[in-house]
Amino acid sequence: MALDSMKEIFERSARENIPFWEIVLQYDMEERQVSRQASMAKMLSTWQAIQDAADSYTGTQRSVSGLVGGDGLKMRLYARRGESIGGEFMDEVIVQAISMAESNACMRRIVAAPTAGSCGVVPAVLLPLCEREHYTQHELLEALYVASGIGAVIAYRASISGAAGGCQAEIGTASAMAAGALVSLRGGTNEQIGHAVAMALKNLMGLVCDPVAGLVEVPCVKRNVIGAVNAISAADMALAGIESRIPVDEVIDAMGEVGRRMPVEFRETALGGLAATPTGKAVKERMPHGAQ
Amino acid sequence: MINIFDMMGPVMVGPSSSHTAGAARIGNMGRTLLGEEVARADIGLHGSFAETGFGHGTDRALLAGLLGMKPDDLRIPNAYEEANRAGMAYSFRTVELRDAHPNTALLELTGKSGKKLTLQASSIGGGAIVVNKIDGIDVNFTGDFNTLIVRNQDESGSVAAITSILSQVHINVANMSVNRHCRGGDALMVIETDQHIKPRQVEFLSELPGILSVTYYDKEDDEDGAGFDEGNL
Repeated sequence: MALDSMKEIFERSARENIPFWEIVLQYDMEERQVSRQASMAKMLSTWQAIQDAADSYTGTQRSVSGLVGGDGLKMRLYARRGESIGGEFMDEVIVQAISMAESNACMRRIVAAPTAGSCGVVPAVLLPLCEREHYTQHELLEALYVASGIGAVIAYRASISGAAGGCQAEIGTASAMAAGALVSLRGGTNEQIGHAVAMALKNLMGLVCDPVAGLVEVPCVKRNVIGAVNAISAADMALAGIESRIPVDEVIDAMGEVGRRMPVEFRETALGGLAATPTGKAVKERMPHGAQ
Repeated sequence: MINIFDMMGPVMVGPSSSHTAGAARIGNMGRTLLGEEVARADIGLHGSFAETGFGHGTDRALLAGLLGMKPDDLRIPNAYEEANRAGMAYSFRTVELRDAHPNTALLELTGKSGKKLTLQASSIGGGAIVVNKIDGIDVNFTGDFNTLIVRNQDESGSVAAITSILSQVHINVANMSVNRHCRGGDALMVIETDQHIKPRQVEFLSELPGILSVTYYDKEDDEDGAGFDEGNL
């Protein structure tokens, strides 16, 4: 079965009485011609790569441009003082989102989810929740399959690339994947997963991709934070029984349409938005051309 | 078709799947197709690779790939030091290639034995690559399959000879193209296969009449899941 629509996944899940994550696992076995063990082992090693990246963050590294690095550590130190507005859990989400995205900008090893620029979103919600509440590794892998399946549907119907669809396609998709993974971990229904995905995407729709000097640094690192926080609110709303009035597949299609009609200046070309501000242009002038 | 491990993955050294992970794959493809250690690499960067490549570590990722590293290799940030240690000479310049994808590199490689190869390849997003030209001859393959590159004299029978041998050893051809500069000159066959091809099979093919050389790219294999037990999770 192709992962073409959330509706079809939910219908098959109900008809054959198999969970969402299992449908995604079967798709992977079919698509890559691998065994169940091979697929799950790869998902587990993917998760371990996420944990390794989080554990080895020190906050001492800086990106090539010098614009990015150290903010994850700043947030960590602030969180330790216990004075934050958002409280302990939100602190940890922000720390992880910034740290992972900074690690990417500083040429450390990360897991693109779905892209390198949005690599902080899914870890930023899963790591703190797994720390606070105890889930089995199996439940965690189930959540990762759910997230991957959501990403696949969005990639098929819309886009996951900033160059094609703006930041809404990268951070927006990451946020939708994270929201679905959270609902899955909490044992929510397929319908709740669908509403969480729809709400996460809706609330970031239209977000432009405007990287300063064309680098995956400003504003990308901090946009991982909004992707993560948005995912948590979307998941909580869905678990509360709040529904998206627009069905999830229609929301995905709308995001795709917004992306296609987005001016090229706002699709990773660094010709508009923050990249085109006086400061953004000055950073570009300073960037090195030619080898070290 | 969409690979779910392109949604949750790849595991890679940042910052960009196209400018870093894809660049490492291009370098690695060049190293593999050269078939030996690279002694000298003259690298042309086109389009966005030239514009923002140095800020994305595209230069280091290409060098790392040429040294045989994969996109998740932690040594990528130190590729200049690694290249110097390995005695690989390199140069970078900006090039303007006709009708090329914005993220394209032109690699002019010389091997330790003096063997030469020119490769033009593009990074087309998410770490995926396409090889566009080998030694000036148009080609089109991605490295998603096991790939045989056969250089042959442009005579009748060469294609049949190769494919009939592949069928005898039960290797299924997924995609195939035959490309040449001009009639009667050298031609390049690019054959993508579902099964792996053994080194002695590659060697056998290279000894057939009319075949000038054969190089082979073995697809990156996934973990087989041995030792994984779902019951232990």
